[in-house]
Amino acid sequence: MPDVTNTAVTPEAAAATPAAPQLSKKPEKSRSLLQDAVRDLVRRPLFLIASGIIFVLLLMAAFPTFFASADPQLCELSRSLQKPSADAWFGYDARGCDVYARTIHGARTSITVGVLATVGSALIALLLGLVAGFYGRWVDALISRGIDIVMGIPFLVGAIVILNTFRDDDGFRTGGIWGVLTALTVLGWMSMARIMRSTVIQTKQADYVTAARSLGASTGRLMFRHVLPNALTPLIVLATISLGVIISVEATLSFLGVGIQEPTISWGVMINQSLGRIREALHPLLFPAGFVSVTVLAFIMLGDAVRDALDPKLR
Amino acid sequence: MTIIDKTADVPAPRGAGDHEGPLLEVRDLHVEFHTREGVAQAVNGVNYTVSAGETLAVLGESGSGKSVTAQAIMGILDMPPGRIPKGEVLFRGRDLLTMSPEERRKIRGSKIAMIFQDALSSLNPVLTVGYQLGEMFRVHQGLSKKEAKVKAIELMDRVKIPAAAARVNDYPHQFSGGMRQRIMIAMALALEPDLIIADEPTTALDVTVQAQVMDLLAELQREYNMGLILITHDLGVVADVADKIAVMYAGRIVETAPVHELYQRPAHPYTRGLLDSIPRLDQKGQELYAIKGLPPNLLKIPSGCAFNPRCPKAQDVCRTDVPVLHPVTEQDGGELPGRGSACHFWKETIHG
Amino acid sequence: MAELTKDGEAVDPTPSAALDAPVGRGEPILQVRNLVKHFPLTQGILFKKQIGAVKAVDGISFDLYQGETLGIVGESGCGKSTVAKLLMMLETATSGEVFYKGQDITKLSGKALKAVRRNIQMVFQDPYTSLDPRMTVGDIIGEPFEIHPEVAPKGDRRKKVQELLDVVGLNPEYIHRYPHQFSGGQRQRIGIARGLALNPEIIICDEPVSALDVSVQAQVINLMEKLQDEFNLSYIFIAHDLSIVRHISDRVGVMYLGKMAEIGTDVQIYDHPTHPYTQALLSAVPVPDPAAREGRERIILTGDVPSPANPPSGCRFRTRCWKAEEKCSIEVPLLAVPAPFVGKDTPAAHESACHFAEEKDVVHVH
Repeated sequence: MPDVTNTAVTPEAAAATPAAPQLSKKPEKSRSLLQDAVRDLVRRPLFLIASGIIFVLLLMAAFPTFFASADPQLCELSRSLQKPSADAWFGYDARGCDVYARTIHGARTSITVGVLATVGSALIALLLGLVAGFYGRWVDALISRGIDIVMGIPFLVGAIVILNTFRDDDGFRTGGIWGVLTALTVLGWMSMARIMRSTVIQTKQADYVTAARSLGASTGRLMFRHVLPNALTPLIVLATISLGVIISVEATLSFLGVGIQEPTISWGVMINQSLGRIREALHPLLFPAGFVSVTVLAFIMLGDAVRDALDPKLR
Repeated sequence: MTIIDKTADVPAPRGAGDHEGPLLEVRDLHVEFHTREGVAQAVNGVNYTVSAGETLAVLGESGSGKSVTAQAIMGILDMPPGRIPKGEVLFRGRDLLTMSPEERRKIRGSKIAMIFQDALSSLNPVLTVGYQLGEMFRVHQGLSKKEAKVKAIELMDRVKIPAAAARVNDYPHQFSGGMRQRIMIAMALALEPDLIIADEPTTALDVTVQAQVMDLLAELQREYNMGLILITHDLGVVADVADKIAVMYAGRIVETAPVHELYQRPAHPYTRGLLDSIPRLDQKGQELYAIKGLPPNLLKIPSGCAFNPRCPKAQDVCRTDVPVLHPVTEQDGGELPGRGSACHFWKETIHG
Repeated sequence: MAELTKDGEAVDPTPSAALDAPVGRGEPILQVRNLVKHFPLTQGILFKKQIGAVKAVDGISFDLYQGETLGIVGESGCGKSTVAKLLMMLETATSGEVFYKGQDITKLSGKALKAVRRNIQMVFQDPYTSLDPRMTVGDIIGEPFEIHPEVAPKGDRRKKVQELLDVVGLNPEYIHRYPHQFSGGQRQRIGIARGLALNPEIIICDEPVSALDVSVQAQVINLMEKLQDEFNLSYIFIAHDLSIVRHISDRVGVMYLGKMAEIGTDVQIYDHPTHPYTQALLSAVPVPDPAAREGRERIILTGDVPSPANPPSGCRFRTRCWKAEEKCSIEVPLLAVPAPFVGKDTPAAHESACHFAEEKDVVHVH
């Protein structure tokens, strides 16, 4: 017995063991969780396909003329409803405008509106969710009931009311890009705020937050240094997914004639215009509608992949 | 009292069926997990036997493979990522691993039952305790709802739940931790299995309740003459109930011994280190002996003896040759039945 | 009795921690007086009304002296973790006082509270949840300096963090790694380093080793003892493992349902317990030595711990106690030296809240 006790090892000696066992495989430098997630993402086909599609869409939005040389605003009635051909890949619409060129140019409006509205509503959600979840009590009660109230407004009614307040002086045209953006932002943040609130409540109770509190950390430090970074993942995922949905909602508003209107081109506007002659020609509807579907799908796929990569429980 | 009558119907010495020898025999079992980082070798050639009426304690720390072995026996291993590349699990002489899923399902629950650490998550929260206990009888024995409930109450009496008849319609959350663990035991006992595997059955309980539950388990085991595999990391719990102990480290059994001998004269440096590192209740010690270093990474188990980087006795041979489980003898060569040590220097460890 | 006293001395290597415990140690560094924490139980959504309270901690008093370790043991739900939170000012006490060097810290807020926090730090139970997964080890251990910039000037911080890593037995090069790259024992060392950063006088340890493997527990316990000597720390060591508590503690308090049942030096509590609950608790501990076990008397309690929302009247332990009489259900026993032992020179003469206190050795083989 004594010989064993004599060889008792102090912690320093124990630490002399070279590296953590988890690391013994490769002597890598520090790998953060985010880097881990990125490495993981790059290996997922779902992510690669989705980000490929989104990359092309973004290129389209940024440099439409690179994809389509035809002028989207040049319409000749003589070409009305011509079928797709080598000359015009997607054919011509009722007014004789090039559908391909218009679809490409429409990407800019649709994607800009989608991205800005998503960022806007995510910011509102982040702020309200963080405050409600972190402070709790009456602040939470107030914000949560507020969320309930806004959620109770039927979307279309709310959107039409908001778009009407953006009406031009002549009272003829509603909305425009800014109107649509406002409507989508104001009416789109609630479910994100709820998610944010619940993850903040969960994170707030984590031991590392308690540890920081016991060190005497200020509220701001607790909120922004510890709670926010650890509570952000679900919001990011939900925002990515809803980006696709917002693009389709923008199309809906424009299609109903209360959203973006001519001469601005967006996919929704194009779908709207195609409807009058839908029995004679389907292609002016199918192409922009197809682009909306593919875009929505790509963003939802991206959101799914990001969620899987960031969620350590799914590993 | 009906239960006692019932046990009388059971063929007298249990296990006197078609097979002689141990109830369960695990032979050279290997289990590996395929993960993103590589292949984790969780179990690397485990052998043990359990006879009717015997309690085998499998002792080990997290990652030693003690629970994975049990899951492989029960057939509840997640496959994939788990895989059993090699080995046999003989229950009454028949290999469970090569049986059809249907045959296995029949054995699971009725012949081999398992008790888990966390009773709350092992019970369905939306069904009454009586319903869940009765389910065993309805499914395996085709009893009616009414009969099953009577059986459930009997079982609850059996595991000493007070006012069983009144509480049979309660839900799991209405019971305390100790009572829930009793319900888990009742469930495992329902079909009077030949073998019970208890995975850390008292770890989640308080000391005073722990003692109650361990006593109950030991008593029932004696009464039903079952084999019991008790998986734990707690050297104290093992000392109280086990007949023999298998100590696991990095997926291998490093020492086997009857319970008294293991504590008196450990024959493996890891066992000795563990015993020395526990503070005593009956006296105040000096500085604790601490096993140096960290438990091994299963993705990269050290070559030779897996314990060599942490072992005070390690020599060159320990880094190259995997030690087999040597039979341990007295200094004069006298036999020590049931003892084995997977250490190149077992002689020095036990006699030195 | 003489024999028992001799026994106690022979067993205890540090006579200062023995019978004459608090005497001659100067002023206590921390004094807890009648500390109470009730969590209200409410009903209704809009108009909340209180329908009762969980009496998690219900009037606890004890002292902590410079450089000593006070162990607090008890089963789950006895309120020991709530005591830790109250001492850390993570919960507001319902009533009672905590004096740190004579100053009641339960009434502090703002700057004054922040200043006191520097001196009272905590080590958490779960090394997997107590470190922010998105911060590097350097940031985690350096955070105390960012919150209390007066402790270390900016340029010094990196060096300080590396020194701390070295002190707790980790490689100072690990500063850029993330918590998930470490094992449980190493993470607990990181947690300890964070607790040490501000040079505190008191460290409150809430089950600091219960989440660790047996072979790693001893390493961490040894480290904590070494640090205590090195920095003259006072520990409040909360745990359910009675063997570990005995090993590390100079004095031990036993809690049951929000009250202190018995408190004394480790020899007094472990070798000469007078409260039936302490005796039952000690006798139930599974001992890793079958030979010793067979000679021990085991007291197996019936039933479970009652709910702290509705504790029994009088003595809280009476529902599970084999000695309970009518008096126990009427009169709350006070924590004091029991009458039969008052003024006697025996280790049984320590504070015990039982009407029928009686000495009984349950851990030694007879």
